[in-house]
Amino acid sequence: MFKKILIANRGEIACRIIKTAKKMNIQTVAVYSDADRSAEHVRIADESVYLGPSPAKESYLKSELIIKACKETACEAVHPGYGFLSENSDFADALEKSNIVFIGPSQSAIASMGDKIESKKIAKLAEINIVPGYIGVIENKEKAIQIADDIGYPVMIKASAGGGGKGMRIAFSRDEVADGFERATSEAINSFGDKRVFIEKFITEPRHIEIQILADNYGNTIYLGERECSIQRRNQKVIEEAPSPFLDEKTRQNMGKQAVKLSKNVSYSSAGTVEFIVDKNKNFYFLEMNTRLQVEHPVTELITGIDLVEQMIRVAYGEKLQLTQNDVRLNGSALESRIYAENPYKGFLPSIGRLTKYNPPEEKTHDDNTITRNDTGVREGDEVSMFYDPMIAKLCTWGNTREIAINRMESALDKFSIEGIDHNIPFLSAIIGSNRFKSGDLTTSFIEDEYPDGFHGLSPNKHEEWIFSTLFLVFHLSEIAKDFYLDEGFSSEWEVQMEDKSQISNQSKYSYVIKKHSKENAEFYVKPMPSKKIEGMKEDYIKVNINKNYSTKLVTSNIELFDNENSFISIPNKIDYKIKYTNPLIELNYRGVKLNALVIPMHISRLSKYMKPIKLVDKSNLLMCPMPGKLLKVMVKEDDIVEEGQSLCVIEAMKMENTLVAQKKCKIKDIKFHEGDTLSVDQIIMEFIFDK
Amino acid sequence: MVNINGIWLLEGLVIKKTGREIIAELQSRREKARLGGGVDRIEKHHSSGKLTARERIITLLDEGSFEETDMFVVHRIRDFGMDGKTIPGDGVITGSGKVNGRLIYIYAQDFTVFGGSLSAAHASKIVKVMNLAIQNRAPIIGLNDSGGARIQEGVESLGGYADVFLQNALASGVVPQISMIMGPCAGGAVYSPAMTDFTFMIKGTSYMFVTGPDVVKTVTSEEVTAEQLGGAETHTSISSVADGSFNNDIEALIELRRFLSFLPSSNTDMSPKRNTEDSKSRIALALDTLIPENPNLPYDMKELILTISDQNDFFELQENYAKNILIGFIRLDGQTIGVVANQPMILAGCLDIDSSRKAARFVRFCDAFNIPILTLVDVPGFMPGTVQEYGGIIKHGAKLLFAYAEATTPKVTLITRKAYGGAYDVMSSKHLRGDANYAWPTAEIAVMGAKGAVEILFRNELSDPKKIEKRTTDYEERFANPFIAAERGFLDDVIIPSNSRYRLIQAFSKLKNKTQSNPKKKFGNIPL
Repeated sequence: MFKKILIANRGEIACRIIKTAKKMNIQTVAVYSDADRSAEHVRIADESVYLGPSPAKESYLKSELIIKACKETACEAVHPGYGFLSENSDFADALEKSNIVFIGPSQSAIASMGDKIESKKIAKLAEINIVPGYIGVIENKEKAIQIADDIGYPVMIKASAGGGGKGMRIAFSRDEVADGFERATSEAINSFGDKRVFIEKFITEPRHIEIQILADNYGNTIYLGERECSIQRRNQKVIEEAPSPFLDEKTRQNMGKQAVKLSKNVSYSSAGTVEFIVDKNKNFYFLEMNTRLQVEHPVTELITGIDLVEQMIRVAYGEKLQLTQNDVRLNGSALESRIYAENPYKGFLPSIGRLTKYNPPEEKTHDDNTITRNDTGVREGDEVSMFYDPMIAKLCTWGNTREIAINRMESALDKFSIEGIDHNIPFLSAIIGSNRFKSGDLTTSFIEDEYPDGFHGLSPNKHEEWIFSTLFLVFHLSEIAKDFYLDEGFSSEWEVQMEDKSQISNQSKYSYVIKKHSKENAEFYVKPMPSKKIEGMKEDYIKVNINKNYSTKLVTSNIELFDNENSFISIPNKIDYKIKYTNPLIELNYRGVKLNALVIPMHISRLSKYMKPIKLVDKSNLLMCPMPGKLLKVMVKEDDIVEEGQSLCVIEAMKMENTLVAQKKCKIKDIKFHEGDTLSVDQIIMEFIFDK
Repeated sequence: MVNINGIWLLEGLVIKKTGREIIAELQSRREKARLGGGVDRIEKHHSSGKLTARERIITLLDEGSFEETDMFVVHRIRDFGMDGKTIPGDGVITGSGKVNGRLIYIYAQDFTVFGGSLSAAHASKIVKVMNLAIQNRAPIIGLNDSGGARIQEGVESLGGYADVFLQNALASGVVPQISMIMGPCAGGAVYSPAMTDFTFMIKGTSYMFVTGPDVVKTVTSEEVTAEQLGGAETHTSISSVADGSFNNDIEALIELRRFLSFLPSSNTDMSPKRNTEDSKSRIALALDTLIPENPNLPYDMKELILTISDQNDFFELQENYAKNILIGFIRLDGQTIGVVANQPMILAGCLDIDSSRKAARFVRFCDAFNIPILTLVDVPGFMPGTVQEYGGIIKHGAKLLFAYAEATTPKVTLITRKAYGGAYDVMSSKHLRGDANYAWPTAEIAVMGAKGAVEILFRNELSDPKKIEKRTTDYEERFANPFIAAERGFLDDVIIPSNSRYRLIQAFSKLKNKTQSNPKKKFGNIPL
């Protein structure tokens, strides 16, 4: 076996690969940029090599530096992970010339399958089902429009060299084709150094289901079942699972066979993924082949028990596959939730900053045999920078059935605390907990369908609101009880004024009578006083306890406000939630529900009707930078009159280009930055004047 | 026949009131007093988004704990048609009550009665509760909402103000004095809040100024609104007259309760200890990476304060003024601690006139009331320039130096990064009787930054950038660490950042019984 390998990647995937290498007694060499000097993957590797400045183009994408690092550290092989150089055939070629093994498919397989245009041609020849589209290089936007017209709208425009959603655009009209083509081309250059793009028909309401392939250098090729990755936002996967709740055994076999056939046609070796689009009638079309380890590979590992990284390393070393197709058994159900540094409440804007708290759920096999796995590359105190992908962890769970795996995922997400940056855990909890997700009714437009105006947090129903208001009350009581020497003077009637942020005007009040509390301030007896009877709600004092942990930032309560078997409630009796003062308000977060409340004695609450809302300063005449990033392009100049929806400028953040548009017709008064400037959140980019 | 309270009496006959009738009369007098300026004025007051004086008191105090004094006091004015026009209480409600079970004295001006204007009677009521507060060693809270002096009364009203000012001066350093400005506060009235320890305001409904917009216009032709001249925004960010502001009356009074929970009742008392679920030994790994690798990059000192505090609770004061220094209260293992911290995010955390004044006054408050002080240091020095020198940075900087030097309350210092020059001395250094002085391994304690030092020490080599670079590296290696200071005993220990909470709690717990006194004197002559 190899003695030493280099991992040409960073973050969670570098850590993931190093773990398997350690298990196989292979020495590891990490590489890093300025931003990653003290990153986790550097810490756990046996050796590490500095590459250069933080931007990937100047470090992780510099193949000559990586080859030099291999030579100097005497590495026999390179695992490229995903992204960066993983599907760069020139890199694989250069390694080969230096007698270093590329842990992945052959250079020719990458060249033919890694390229979206090439792979379509090969798939067509191999009689694999394919989606109508244009195969060939597209010179300019006029040509792009002509092709789109021929195929019929909507069409998808995508970087030939890219994987995932990077550099991918959907266009519904000629204008959008023109715009999308330019944007996709520019992102393709920035991310992959290869400007080619292709266009194909966009199938609406599809499912994204992919087959995992494993092949050796001796013509043995097997498939390890499928993964369904239909939960995507702007073509970026969010939640993946294996097996798909949709496929039957026959379709699975047909897809597997086509995937194997295609792989064999290009003499594919190593791990690879053949992506299909599946329509509602279980017709499937070849989409592309990813000639690398996929981000979502852990779900396949969880249901097959096969370590894909280990298999890749063995195949690269020249070993024969020890597995045959008959050995592959799909066992139970696994899910993966991608934890992104982004603000789901504000249009999923990327968020950067320090992870002041990072407390993932414990990785283990639980007493009920379910599994929690968390692939991560960050530690508490790390900086999430604007230079790389915003994914900070992949939280996976496994259970005997899909339902069990979902339950485990819900509670694992509850126990995940992240502070210092915004993150999408509330959004993930909302999806996983939704009835539609639980029923398995998925399409790639799931998120658009369910959250057409973006995500604003879930709204609890009337029954659930009483549970949350009780939690607010008990949290507040547990705190103020600490200040009292005596019980004397402690009000006995209280009100919770709860404000649902998504509907600001909608403030609801919940009244309670409380009994004297226990000495430890951890147990309270409270009696809700609804103005009219709430079905199933207990009418006497109920005991609620509260347990706060300031190391994990988790709060746990036991609350049984309703008679058992109440069908309105989706909240368990024992609940893990996050709650804190924002003084004087209290903020509570639980599974996509985000609430603010003021808890005050009843006699004060009566006075709150006299308070007036504070006036907010109108900032609509300012264009403020919504995320930290680089001002890539300014499309207007001072004194220009712009129409509503017109593009004003482009901010590049987290490798994504974000176009800022005018909210209404206005004149540009002042532009405060130049192209190339670095901006932070809320910096004023330009000022507008509105016509009266 | 005449009718008295519904009873017919033959003319010329006298009947004594029964005990029940007398009590009923008291009740009716009370009812009248509680109505203040009457239903119409109360309604008008409410419609401007304000609570009445009585409602404010009820909101602040523990339920049912208010005991009113001087409810029936009326003014003695005869002029300008005021004769006979009296309202019981005379525009201010005074008394005592409890906040979180602890005694406080309170007065609340009632804008519905003569616009809350101050008469001699009004002032004497305030003076009475202030005296009680001093005697009984409990905080005095003023809820200000007054149109100013009772003009019909003339000099008597002015005398009343001065009586209050005198009590403010006498109470200072004995019991905490807090002013909440909840309406207008103009002219002489502003000087009472100015003499108290803390002043808070309500956004949009309160303002304070010595002379109002009309006078300003007449005298200087300057046009300015009341809000611009003396609103909450102005006084919390520009003048530093106010220590904080709140969205409305209810939020302000709830937060005032929280603020009071940090304070001792008097200078012979300790702050109440508050239980916490937060572990003393909680490790905060994030602190190990708080200091950026590049020494010229800022970081947020607030993160350190929040991370080490019990339950991440920090009551910050003067948040929007002189942001290069942070002041406020936290708790460590339940004990109130006053925090003074340089903020590298603003002006690199340097000391200037405003930040020195802001911190100096806070240090003196803590010292006066036995509140231990935690000083978090990352200071590149004093701010240079003519603005600062002409403004008297020498004298203002000396305030902070003086305050730290004379303070005998427990003082613990943690240097996170830079502690350069005279600013190192100022920031509660060992030499100023710091009880426990710690540094993180990232600390650099030196006369100045390496670049500046080399430019002076090796002036003749300045033409050779290579030599200078070498000299700079040498200087950095020698001085850009805490160990030179630790070798001299100027630091007691160099500690691991993630362990800071535990170490600071240990340090303060050992200082619980600290006794230290300054030479006997009337008072020191701080450079005011």
